[in-house]
Amino acid sequence: MPKYLLLKHYRGGPEPHRPVPPMDQWAPEDVEAHMAFLRHVGKLLEENGEYVDAQALTPARTWVRYGGPDAAPVTTDGPLPETSDLVAGWYMIDVESHERAVELAAYVSSEPGPGGEPLYEWIDIREVMS
Amino acid sequence: MQGPDEGALRALVPRVLAGLVRRGEDFDAAEDALQEALLEALRVWPEHPPRDSRAWLTTVATRRLVDARRSEAARHRREETTYAEPRPAATEDGDDTLFLLFCCCHPDLAPASQVALTLRAVGGLTTQEIADAFYVPEATMAQRISRAKRTLRGRRLDQPGDLAVVLRVLYLVYTAGHAGRVDLAGEAIRLARQLTLATDEPEARGLLALMLLNHARLPARLDPDGRIVTLDRQDRGLWDTREIAEGVRVLQSALAMQTEERRPGRYQLEAAIAALHDDAASAEETDWPQILAWYDDLVVLTEDPVRQDPAAVLGRAVAVGHVLGGAAGLRETDRLREVIGERHRWHAVRGHLHELDGDLPAAATAYAEAGRRAANVAERDHLIRQAARARAAWAYPAGESARGA
Repeated sequence: MPKYLLLKHYRGGPEPHRPVPPMDQWAPEDVEAHMAFLRHVGKLLEENGEYVDAQALTPARTWVRYGGPDAAPVTTDGPLPETSDLVAGWYMIDVESHERAVELAAYVSSEPGPGGEPLYEWIDIREVMS
Repeated sequence: MQGPDEGALRALVPRVLAGLVRRGEDFDAAEDALQEALLEALRVWPEHPPRDSRAWLTTVATRRLVDARRSEAARHRREETTYAEPRPAATEDGDDTLFLLFCCCHPDLAPASQVALTLRAVGGLTTQEIADAFYVPEATMAQRISRAKRTLRGRRLDQPGDLAVVLRVLYLVYTAGHAGRVDLAGEAIRLARQLTLATDEPEARGLLALMLLNHARLPARLDPDGRIVTLDRQDRGLWDTREIAEGVRVLQSALAMQTEERRPGRYQLEAAIAALHDDAASAEETDWPQILAWYDDLVVLTEDPVRQDPAAVLGRAVAVGHVLGGAAGLRETDRLREVIGERHRWHAVRGHLHELDGDLPAAATAYAEAGRRAANVAERDHLIRQAARARAAWAYPAGESARGA
C-alpha cells in the first residue's frame, strides 16, 4: 500500500480560501473545537489502520550548508520572503490509493476554525517512495 | 512452573555487574556477558529455578566471559591467555549501586550516553525499552550504548566518581519520563531510592524527595484528553498522598543533617518548594512567602544566578509576583531577557505575571509568544489556549461568549 505525507504549512501554498487570524486570537471555544478535531483525526486514522506517524514542527528554521574545508558550517535564518514555504507538521498515512489520501486530506482540511466554520486549509499531499 | 519475576531479576543486575567489574572485569565485556546470562535465565529458570539467583547469574556470566576470552585468544593465535582467571569477588553489597552509577555517569561520557548506560546497566532495562522511552530506533540506541561502553574501555573504574553528576543524570532520567511506554520517572525514583541506601549524602535524599513530591502531582497534570492542567487548577484530590508523605519524610531526614558549614543543596531546596505546593489544600492557601524564602536560598547557591541558574531566578520571579504583585515579578524577569528571552518558558512566566498584574492584553501577547517558541505539542496547545482565554476575558469580561450572538 502506498504511503503519503499530508503536510500542513505555517505559510506558503495557494492563496488561502479563508484567511483567518492566528489561533491565539480565536475564541477559546473555537480553539478547543479545533484541537478536539485534530485529536479525533489521529484516533480515526489509527482505528482505520491507516496511521503511520504524525509530527509537528516548531516555526524556527535555520538553513545550513557546508562551509568548505576547515570552515564552520554556514547558517542563515533569513532574510526569506514572508510567502516562503514553512512546513508546520504532517500525518504519514498508509492507504489503498491516491484517492483515499485526497479524501483524508480534505477531511483534515474541514477542521473547524473561528466561529466553528471549516478552515478550508490547503493540505500538501506527497507520496513517499517505497 | 512460573517464569522468573522480571522485577526481582532486574534488581539483581547492578549487584552482579558490580561484582564482576570490581574483581577486574572490563565493564563492556561484563555487561555483555550479563545480558547473555539474563537471557539464559529467562530460558532455563522456569524449568530449573536456581537456589541462589545471584550466584547463578555470576557463574553463567563468568563462563561467558571466559568463553569470550578464549575465542579472542584463539583469534589472535596466542597459546595462552594473558588474562588472569577472575579473582574472587570482594564486594560490599550496599555500595554496588553507587559504584555502578559512578561507572555509568563517568564524566567522559555525554549526558545522553550517561542516561542510556545508567538505564541499561543499573536499571536493567533492555535496549529496546530505552529506545522506546526516547523515541529513537533500537539500532540508534544500541549504537549509543556500545559507543559509551567503548569510551569506558580501559578507564580505571575504581575511583569514587562525582556524586553531583550521578544526581544530575538521575534527574535527567526523571524529567525525560513523562510519556511513553516505559515509566522512566518511576525508574528514576527507584534508582534514587537505591542511591539513598548507598550514601548518606543529604543531596541524594533531596533528589529523591524532589522526585517524589513532584511525581505525586502527576495524576492531576493532564486531563482525560491529554490537556495540561496548571497547578492552580489541578484536582488536588488526585494527588498521591502516600508519595507526598514519603517525600516529606525523606526531605526532613536530609534537612536534619544540615550544619552551619553544610547548608542544604539545590535538590533539597527545590524539594522544600515542592513540599509547600503539595501541602496547600487549595491554590489560594499556598504559602508563597515561605516559597519565596526558599527561592532566596536557591539563587545564592551560584555566584551569578542569572547566567548560571536562570531557571531558579525565573521560579523566584513567580514567587515574587505572588507575594509582592505581578509588576514586581515582571521586573525580576527583566534581567533574564538577555539569557533566556528567546525561550518559551520566559514568555509563559511573563504571561502569568501580567495576569497577576491585571494586564490581560499583555498576558495574551506573552502567552502567544511563548506558544510560538514551545517545542512540545501539549505545551504549545496549552499556551495557545492561555492566550485565547486571556484575550477573551479582556474582550468579554462578563463571561459572555467570545463568539458573540
